[in-house]
Amino acid sequence: MASGSGTQTSSEYIKHHLQNLTFGNHPENGWGIAHSAEEAKEMGFWAIHLDSMFWSIILGALFIWIFKRAADKATAGEPSKLVNFVEWIIDFIDDNVRSTFTGKNDIVAPMALTLFCWIFLMNLMDLVPVDLIPMGLAALGIEYQKVVPTTDPNVTFGMALGVFFLMIYYSFKIKGVGGFLGELTLHPFEAKNPILKLLFIPINLFLEGVSLIAKPISHSLRLFGNMYAGEMIFILIALMYGSNIILSMFGGVLQFIWAVFHILVITLQAFIFMVLTIVYMDMAHTTHDH
Amino acid sequence: MNINLTLIGQMIVFVIFVWFTKKYVWTPIINALAERRAKIADGLAAAEKGQQAQALGEEQAQQVIAEAKTQAAEILSKAEKRGGEIVDEAKDGAKAEGERILAAARGEIDKELNMAKEQLRGQVAALSVEGASKILAREVDASVHADMLDDLAAKL
Repeated sequence: MASGSGTQTSSEYIKHHLQNLTFGNHPENGWGIAHSAEEAKEMGFWAIHLDSMFWSIILGALFIWIFKRAADKATAGEPSKLVNFVEWIIDFIDDNVRSTFTGKNDIVAPMALTLFCWIFLMNLMDLVPVDLIPMGLAALGIEYQKVVPTTDPNVTFGMALGVFFLMIYYSFKIKGVGGFLGELTLHPFEAKNPILKLLFIPINLFLEGVSLIAKPISHSLRLFGNMYAGEMIFILIALMYGSNIILSMFGGVLQFIWAVFHILVITLQAFIFMVLTIVYMDMAHTTHDH
Repeated sequence: MNINLTLIGQMIVFVIFVWFTKKYVWTPIINALAERRAKIADGLAAAEKGQQAQALGEEQAQQVIAEAKTQAAEILSKAEKRGGEIVDEAKDGAKAEGERILAAARGEIDKELNMAKEQLRGQVAALSVEGASKILAREVDASVHADMLDDLAAKL
C-alpha cells in the first residue's frame, strides 16, 4: 500500500502517518486545516488536532454509552450479561482503589474507571490496520488522520495534567496550604537547628519540586511513548506491503504477532495509567509520616 | 507532535467524562452492587434459618411418630385385653344362662312328674278301691274307708 501511490517514499509515508489533522490559525493562510506538517507547526499553540479530539470523544462517548446503559439496568436483582460484565469491571476497579487509596474521596474510583476504560478504548484503535481509516478518509479528501489518540502527546498530557491539577487541589484541601508547602520544603532534609532548617528549604523545594513536576510528565510520557512506539512498529510493518509477495506475507505474519502482543501492551498501559492516578491521588490525601 | 490547544480540549473532555461517570455510572452501579450484596446476605441467612427450621421440624415429626407408635401399641394391647374380657364375660353369661334354663327345665320336669304322680296316685287309689270292692265282692263304702284309702294313696 505504501508504494502503491508511487510518488511516496518510505520516509514520506511514515511522516504522513505521524501527522495529525490540524485546524488552526496559520500566520499567512488564516484559519483552516493545515495541508502539511510545516503549516501545522507554524500554527503554534492556537491549533487543535481534529482527529485526536474526534476519536477520543467518540471512544469516551462509547464507553459512557455502554456503562450508562448498564447503570440504568443495574438493580439488586439478577443481572443481565451486559450488566454483569460492567459490574465485573467496576468491581475490579473498586478493588484496586480500595487496596491503594487510603483516603476518603468519592471522585477517585469513578476517575480510575473512566481513565482505564477510555485509555483502553483509545489504545485499542492501535489494532485497527494503520492504513484502513486514513485511506478511507483520504478518498473523502481528508489528508491526515491519526486514529490512535494516545499517540498524540496532547491527549496523554491532557489527562495527566487533569489528574495533576486534581492532585494539587486535594493536596491543598486536605493538608492545608501550610501543610502542603511544608511537605515541599521541609523534606527530605530535616534539621532541628532553625538556621540549618532555613538553609535546607531551597534544597528541599528543588528536590520535591522536581519530583512533583516529574509526576505528570512521566505519567503521560509513559503512555504516549508506549503507544507511539507500538504505532511506529505497525507503520514500519505496513511498509513491507506492496514491495513483493514474500515480504508482504512476512509482514502479515509480523503484524499478527505484534498485534497479539499489543493486546497485552494496551491493557497494561491503561491499567498502569489508572494505578498511577490512584497512587498520586493517595499521595495527595496522606501526610508524610517521617 | 506539537503541543497545542488539543491539550486544553482534552483536559475539558476528561473532566466532563469523569463527572458524568461519577454521577450517572459509578454511583448507581455501586449502589446496586451494595444492595445486591445485602440481599444475598439476607437470602443466605434466610436459607440457613429455613434449614434449621426444617431440621427442627423433622426432629419433632420423628418424636410425634414415635409417640403415635407407642400409643398405637398401647391401644392395641388394651383392645386385645378388652376383647379377651368380653369373650370371657360372654362365656360366663352363656354358662349362667344355660344353667338357668337347665334349672327351669328341671323344675318343670319335677312339676310335671309330681302332677303325673298325683294323677297316678288318684287313679291307683280308684283302681285299688275298685279292685278291692271287686275282691271283697261287696260294696265298700268309699266314704267310710276314705281314711284308709288316703293312707294307702300316700304310701304309693
